[in-house]
Amino acid sequence: MSTTPDSTLTFKDFKTDQQVKWCAGCGDHSILVQLQKVLAGQRTDRDHTVFVSGIGCSSRFPYYMDTYGFHSIHGRAPAIASGVKCANPGLDVWVVTGDGDALSIGGNHFLHAVRRNIGLKIIMFNNRIYGLTKGQYSPTSDFGTRTKSSPAGSIDHPIHPISVAIGAEITFAARAVDTDLEHLQYVLARAAAHQGTAFVEVYQNCTVYNNDCYSWATDRQTKHEHIVYLEHGKPLIFGNNRDKGLRFNGDEPEIVELAKVSPDDLIIHDERTHDPSTAFMLARLTHPEFPEPLGVFRAMEKPVYEDLLMGQLAAARDQQGTGNLQALFRAGETWDVA
Amino acid sequence: MGTATGTDVHSDPPRATPIRELAQAAVRFAGDSGDGMQLAGSQFTATSAMFGNDIATFPDFPAEIRAPMGTLAGVSGFQINFASRRIFTPGDRVDVLVAMNPAALKVNLPDLVEGGVLIVNEDEFTPANLQRAQYDGNPLETDAFRNYQLYKIPVTTQTLGAVRETGLGQRDAGRCKNFYALGVLFWLFERQLEPTIRWINAKFGKAPAVAAANRLALEAGYNFGETTEIFGERFRVRPAQLEPGTYRNITGNQATALGIVTAGELAGKPVFYGSYPITPASEILHELSGMKTFDVRVFQAEDEIAAMCAVVGAAFAGALAVTGTSGPGMALKQEAIGLGVMTELPMLIVNVQRGGPSTGLPTKTEQSDLWQAILGRNGDCPLPVLAAQSPADCFWATIEAARIAVKYMTPVVLLTDGYLAQGSEPWRIPAPAELTPIPIQHATDPLTFKPFQRNEVGARPWAIPGTPNLRHRIGGLEKEDVTGNVCYVPENHQRMTLHRARKIAGIVRDVPDQEVYGEPEGDLLVVSWGGTFGAVRTAVERAREDGQVVSHAHIRWLHPFPQNLGTLLKRFRRILVCELNMGQLEFLLRGNFLVDTLGLHKVQGRPFRVSDIREHLDALLGGQAS
Repeated sequence: MSTTPDSTLTFKDFKTDQQVKWCAGCGDHSILVQLQKVLAGQRTDRDHTVFVSGIGCSSRFPYYMDTYGFHSIHGRAPAIASGVKCANPGLDVWVVTGDGDALSIGGNHFLHAVRRNIGLKIIMFNNRIYGLTKGQYSPTSDFGTRTKSSPAGSIDHPIHPISVAIGAEITFAARAVDTDLEHLQYVLARAAAHQGTAFVEVYQNCTVYNNDCYSWATDRQTKHEHIVYLEHGKPLIFGNNRDKGLRFNGDEPEIVELAKVSPDDLIIHDERTHDPSTAFMLARLTHPEFPEPLGVFRAMEKPVYEDLLMGQLAAARDQQGTGNLQALFRAGETWDVA
Repeated sequence: MGTATGTDVHSDPPRATPIRELAQAAVRFAGDSGDGMQLAGSQFTATSAMFGNDIATFPDFPAEIRAPMGTLAGVSGFQINFASRRIFTPGDRVDVLVAMNPAALKVNLPDLVEGGVLIVNEDEFTPANLQRAQYDGNPLETDAFRNYQLYKIPVTTQTLGAVRETGLGQRDAGRCKNFYALGVLFWLFERQLEPTIRWINAKFGKAPAVAAANRLALEAGYNFGETTEIFGERFRVRPAQLEPGTYRNITGNQATALGIVTAGELAGKPVFYGSYPITPASEILHELSGMKTFDVRVFQAEDEIAAMCAVVGAAFAGALAVTGTSGPGMALKQEAIGLGVMTELPMLIVNVQRGGPSTGLPTKTEQSDLWQAILGRNGDCPLPVLAAQSPADCFWATIEAARIAVKYMTPVVLLTDGYLAQGSEPWRIPAPAELTPIPIQHATDPLTFKPFQRNEVGARPWAIPGTPNLRHRIGGLEKEDVTGNVCYVPENHQRMTLHRARKIAGIVRDVPDQEVYGEPEGDLLVVSWGGTFGAVRTAVERAREDGQVVSHAHIRWLHPFPQNLGTLLKRFRRILVCELNMGQLEFLLRGNFLVDTLGLHKVQGRPFRVSDIREHLDALLGGQAS
């Protein structure tokens, strides 16, 4: 349903006539263009694609994407998108959200969309700050972050979005960085192809309120010391010289120098395993103690909500025939008055 | 006990109990929450309905699933009013009360008419139960009931004896006592046992011993009446003159669910029902969940907010989108309803009102969500609001609401209430020809499509995702007139606010003129809305029968009000607004029409009694006219 034979599509066909109003240098620009490129590359049928967003800088996204779009209210995009998907399962439905939108005011809807494994592709721009309201700490801000609403430092502990998603039984979870264009496209393309709920966390720089919060992951000189790419079936190796790896020491992950261990000792990434515990561990690796994983944490097959929903309707019709109103009205005891 | 229309002492069979003819009778089954009183009541209802009586019922049960056994808090009751004439209410007071334990007796006795029949299960009047009901001593051993016809029946031991042959244990056997009591009542009112036996066989088909026990208990109760001769008389309530047709008994929530499915069929649309369980609206969710052979997609959301949001999304994607809730849920939905108003999408919000504020009285009725329906949400956020007036009317009101929603591209609020939702009455099943299609027009032409270009009634086009080349973006931000692009121009906001207000005000062209029962002008007009119709109309009817000059206007459309309502109100010297709140409609009438009003406000979690209104009318009109 999502593709047409139109091979002439380019990313420009996904641009609207609306002026993009994000700040210069904002990571949102990059995510928009990479997704436009991915959709064009996949020959996506724009008429059968819907972008739903909540509130926040990221949530202006639908205005700039030439598909159907709905810019909704704070935190509620997964719920609105669920309604869209149930009403027309043939649509490709994307949710664009931010860390505050998805995990604070919308935390409940996020959890339950994930739990249902409904066919939504949820892209969460995580800049670890409230940008649109001008710079308060968010649910992913580091402990101690000083902002206008936390001048003495935030006393809230941050949550790890992917571990939250894993806890809610996510079937596809991935992470990318706004400036790593090729990898971002790869991750978005994987999400686009997933059946069920796909969750992508994008590390996104807010130039105004939280500038350089991911410089450790974007600086060309040093980033390979601080991030590790997840590749299915391959060992977790990182470092500028690819000389370090991650292995289990008992239940705990630890960094090892490749020179001192056998490659067989390293953790081999398995995005398809049913046991979520390794993915959960990976989701909790944080800079600077550990390299932070980028890529696909988890990609599982599991029955999809909208298929189950429509399947129950079809099964009922198979067994009982298509509904007849007059028969429905007369269900139970009736009597005639002459 | 209604009007006695004659006494008829039958001579055949010999020594038969005399039979008194009644135009109407009200019966209440009352017992502990676990005593099966709702079941006994609904079986009595079904049998009376099939017999041809006009009926109205009202269940009354506690918010707790199982309050401590035998306590006053755990009393559950079910009242049936049945008649050989048209009736609109379950009756103010009852002519026959069945009290299965001391607590039920204590709670319900005040509602029994003087001289009424009081049947008690004397087995349950044990010292422990008397203490739980806070009785000092056993009232059955006093002359406290000299003004009633008291019948002490050992229902528990009789039931155990009757079902012994089934081999059921004491506990299961004892659970049949509601059917024993039902059997006694069936005898008392000359009712047939067959419909209930059919029901028992169907319900307990997989547990033959239980089915047999219930059947035996029912028959034993009936035979008790037949053989013991303790009753001085039996009663006969003949069939009513109802409009010809096929009928079934229906509760308000069932009628709402059927209305939703029907609206979907009439519109040729899949129904999306997004809801979160809440008393007293949950039955709508349950009913629709069982209608999978229709294209009804039920989404049990994680919370009230998500339910409403999913409805907004489903409306955007082209379904007939509906939610059902009650007061606190309605409060949570307001922001998303505002999004529905701003994006001008069609959807239906059913609010089954209950006592508030906050959690309030979850299982009890009230009409106190009128303000939050009309005045709720942030910003200038008008939407149409209508209210159903009886259980069966919930069906028609739902279809009417859906029709307006898609014609005007707007959320519509339908107000029902706990009394309508759980109460029941006969519903004449509509013939297919009575159900007119709900026309839907979707935008399809990319050359002319503009998301906020309005048609002749002010509605914008409904262009659903999947339509070739109609890609567009909508949202909660203010939009430029016609194009729908985000727009913060001051004059544009004023223009769009006016467009939204005028569109809703214009719905008046689909609102029938307000009708008046009685003279169209004069001294006193009684005004009501929603589920109080039956009590108010009955009170005004009776007042007029007694020679009082009083008229009645029952308002169905609360927003916008009917075109002629203001003129009509001004033709009366006094206006009495009766409502189950502290004066919410009064406030709106005063504000809209600059008229003075009097109010009759009841906020006890119970519907009006006819007598509540009669007494008020008598006071206003200087006593009963001759």
